[in-house]
Amino acid sequence: MGSFAFLSLAASGPSFPTIPALVILPIIGALTVALTPSARVGLHKLLATLFSGIVGAISVWVLAAFESNSDFQFVSERTWVESLGIQWFAGIDGISLFLVVLTGLLFPLTIVAINPSHDHKAYYVWLLLLQSGCMGVFVALDLFMFFVFFEIVLIPMYFLIGKWGHGNAKYAATKFFLYTMLGSAIMLVSIIALASLHSRDSGNDLTFNLLEIAENPAISTTTGRILFLGFALAFAVKVPLFPVHTWLPDAHTEAPTAGSVILAGVMLKLGTYGFIRFGLYLFPEASHFFAPLFLTLGVLGILYGAVVATMQSDLKRLVAYSSIAHLGFIILGTFALNTQGIQGATVQMINHGISTGALFLLVGIIYERKHTREIANLGGIQKSAPILAGAFTIVMLSSIGLPGLNGFVGEFLILLGAFTANRWWAVVAAVGVILAALYLLWAYQRVFHGQADPSDEEIKDLTHWERLILVPLIVAIVYLGIYPKPMLNRIEPAVDRLVAHVEEHAEEGRFREPTPTVGVRSSFADLVENFEHHEDHHGHDSHHDEGGHE
Amino acid sequence: MFSLAIAPNFASTIVTPDIAWVALLPLLILSGAAILLLTIASIAPKDLSSSAFALFTGISALASAISAIPLWTRVQDAERGPFNTIAGGFSVDGFSLLITFLILISVILVTCLASAYLSDEGVAGPEPYALILLSATGGIIIAGASDLIVLFLGIEVLSIAAYVLAALDMRRVQSQEAGMKYFVLGAFASGFLLYGIALIYGATGSTSLSAIREFLDSAELTNDALLLTGIAMVLIGLGFKVATVPFHFWTPDVYQGSPTPFVAYMASAVKAAGFAALIRVFYGALLSYQTDWKPIIYGLAIATLVVGSLMAIVQTDVKRLLAYSSISHAGYILVGFQSGSNDGVTSVSFYLITYAFMVLGSFTIVSIVGRLSGGKTNLQDFEGLASRRPILAAVFTVFLLGQAGIPLTTGFFAKFYVIEAAIEARSFGLAVTAMVTAVIAAFLYLKILVRMWLDDNDESDRMSMRQARANIPIPFQVGFVLLISGGFTLFFGIWPEPIVELVREALPIL
Repeated sequence: MGSFAFLSLAASGPSFPTIPALVILPIIGALTVALTPSARVGLHKLLATLFSGIVGAISVWVLAAFESNSDFQFVSERTWVESLGIQWFAGIDGISLFLVVLTGLLFPLTIVAINPSHDHKAYYVWLLLLQSGCMGVFVALDLFMFFVFFEIVLIPMYFLIGKWGHGNAKYAATKFFLYTMLGSAIMLVSIIALASLHSRDSGNDLTFNLLEIAENPAISTTTGRILFLGFALAFAVKVPLFPVHTWLPDAHTEAPTAGSVILAGVMLKLGTYGFIRFGLYLFPEASHFFAPLFLTLGVLGILYGAVVATMQSDLKRLVAYSSIAHLGFIILGTFALNTQGIQGATVQMINHGISTGALFLLVGIIYERKHTREIANLGGIQKSAPILAGAFTIVMLSSIGLPGLNGFVGEFLILLGAFTANRWWAVVAAVGVILAALYLLWAYQRVFHGQADPSDEEIKDLTHWERLILVPLIVAIVYLGIYPKPMLNRIEPAVDRLVAHVEEHAEEGRFREPTPTVGVRSSFADLVENFEHHEDHHGHDSHHDEGGHE
Repeated sequence: MFSLAIAPNFASTIVTPDIAWVALLPLLILSGAAILLLTIASIAPKDLSSSAFALFTGISALASAISAIPLWTRVQDAERGPFNTIAGGFSVDGFSLLITFLILISVILVTCLASAYLSDEGVAGPEPYALILLSATGGIIIAGASDLIVLFLGIEVLSIAAYVLAALDMRRVQSQEAGMKYFVLGAFASGFLLYGIALIYGATGSTSLSAIREFLDSAELTNDALLLTGIAMVLIGLGFKVATVPFHFWTPDVYQGSPTPFVAYMASAVKAAGFAALIRVFYGALLSYQTDWKPIIYGLAIATLVVGSLMAIVQTDVKRLLAYSSISHAGYILVGFQSGSNDGVTSVSFYLITYAFMVLGSFTIVSIVGRLSGGKTNLQDFEGLASRRPILAAVFTVFLLGQAGIPLTTGFFAKFYVIEAAIEARSFGLAVTAMVTAVIAAFLYLKILVRMWLDDNDESDRMSMRQARANIPIPFQVGFVLLISGGFTLFFGIWPEPIVELVREALPIL
């Protein structure tokens, strides 16, 4: 791997196997929980919290030790199946860093916050396995390894929805499983074809090494486009993008609270992350070629999610549809194919994880107290539970994208990037921001204000325990909204490198020369150039300190 | 190695070829054991326990496998390498030995299963074990056959014993029906095969696979209608044995009706032997005609994948469901087979090995659940299995996820490998079809999973009957089968390197 200058194996520093620990500790935790006697319910929760908490602590340590450059850090490399060219090859860069941290922290929070209704042991086993799988996806730099984790997360989630879900849970779980599996089935063909073409071209043995394949493109334009579609289908289902989104409302609504939190917080990011890490990186030309398609689908998702969310009578379903709208934004930013857009998309992945995760948590808390999610049957909660209402307000405003809270930063960057690429998509998408305010505020009004059902006026406010869980989320919402610079600084170098790579390899790209109609192009071109000159010395120490875009 | 030549003393005696007896040792041990078993059983007192027969069978299969190990070392030795014996009729190469090992392992596991099952069903006597041994002998003959006549001989020895095994549970009419169906249709297919062999002989002037290959490599046939018809007939005959669509109609009925341990045997060993025959004929002799047979295999593969997975969805009996699933797995193996390359052979071998363990394990569970619910294997009988027998349900989950091709099981690598072979051969359409049908097939495995883990609302009478039977202990030898096959599926699912290297060393040479 020595040929990759940006892959500073030596500079990765400490010999502690960080990434293997992140991925394997939850599995050890799951085994430990599985081996404790079923009767010791408290012990299961304790062990699960302990193991996922350690993973969370390691991820925070990763955040602290991460150097703001475009290198893959903490790289861990092992042969896995030598004869098939399959490696364990993992690393963290700016794009995956915060997703790793999110995965590390959201799981212990969820485990602490929510007790399952029954069958505690299996519940914690599946949650821990899910944490391991998600972690694996975000750190994998080998296509095969990525696929394994991408696919394996289905099993825990399937059981979490099916076994601890409400209503028509079995149907929702099966739908979720089959939809996602169909996507990844086609992706597997694409992955193998890509690796096979690469090895044929280079004359080397088969390899699935992402960097090796991406840096030495060996496919014709047409092949690239076809293979890209294979990947894109898998990611689009996982995101989910507009026409293939139908599993999401079902899965979210029927899932238990923890399932929804993890699904929204972490698992939906597998798709958007996949687009950025694999879609754009492996297929720069095809990304350019299909950008209008995905921009359109993103915008459609924004509008469709918003409109349908407005009409929902079920609070949880409403939040689920709002997710579709938010993920539309992320796709919009991704396929703007410029630094602001992709950076915004990366930031928004984290923001959406925090905000929507917290929203589902709050909806779960309301459901636990009122035993209904029908907006019509709720009302007047604010009177008896002001703190719950306050927490909901902050989270909701962050989800709307109020300046000063985290949601704004991501949405702003995305719209900026999309505007640079093509203003009309940005203009239409901006309508989605307004719609988000509409459906969320309206929902808030109906749920928290108005006349409470006189029969059960006394709704319990947040307990100390629940407050403790929500505090870190709300702190993150406010902190990232007011002072996003440290986060942006860490994300930016990796995004710059990706954008430069895409530009370099996209000779036939339609968006190579932006459409002349974009009048503000020049000022942003300066901005982009400003970033690009750092690419000249993409060694170990390209710290960017002027990264804030506000 | 030394060979015993029977020297001709008189000019008039028939000249017999040199025979490398060592090469035939696995075969001789197995068939000798079968005859010995029958002899002992007829002399020995009537109350000889059937577990003694099972033990004897297991030990002789083990002995046979051990006798094959020196052959494997010899074949892998670069200086000595693979060789032919019986005048080029039987070859010993990596591939034949690999299939031999596979068949012997499944014989051992099936014997464990059968000893528990048969005593439950009240079937006594040494016959089942003798038949398993004979059938395995046929399988080993097929694996090493380098002559069409030897191949046919192997197939008949394998099949006829299998027909009887299917009908062995005489108390149950379904078993008799299964045996009858298997026999009639199987005999018909054998007819096709034999006719095809005759036509190929007519076209090429030889039944020896290597002679056919050399002939086809050197000579240009002005009219190859005879040869093509022969190829088609052989394909029909062998397609029946491995249950490809449209020659699959016997499978669901036979799998449903036959005693479960022997279904496991059919799905693992018989299927492996059938594909070994296909590889011997099509890769060994007819590779230069691959432009003619590859499109046919392509079509067969697609039909098999689609029909197998779609038909499996609507089944309510788990044995029948697994029968259709085994059809769709035959489709995957054809996907690898169709590539016509070394990668194709290795992917087929890999698939056969891994599938054998998964299917053996699955049918073991089915037979246990059948016992728990009084002989029935409907989907309803799996309801709430997870709460009654969590470990059993967990092990079955491993096999089901493996068959669905979920990562970290051998089933995933098996699919990966055949798809890779297909892509290397540029059969993208086939690869995509295979993956899409994998999703359809995943649905049916999910159906069983849902029943086991998520359904727990029983009618009370059935529940009480189950409760009464819920604590039936799993016999030691059945637990052993589950341990081996489950452990194999998981361990090599995470670390498949040894198996990959094994199949790469096991290419058919002769």
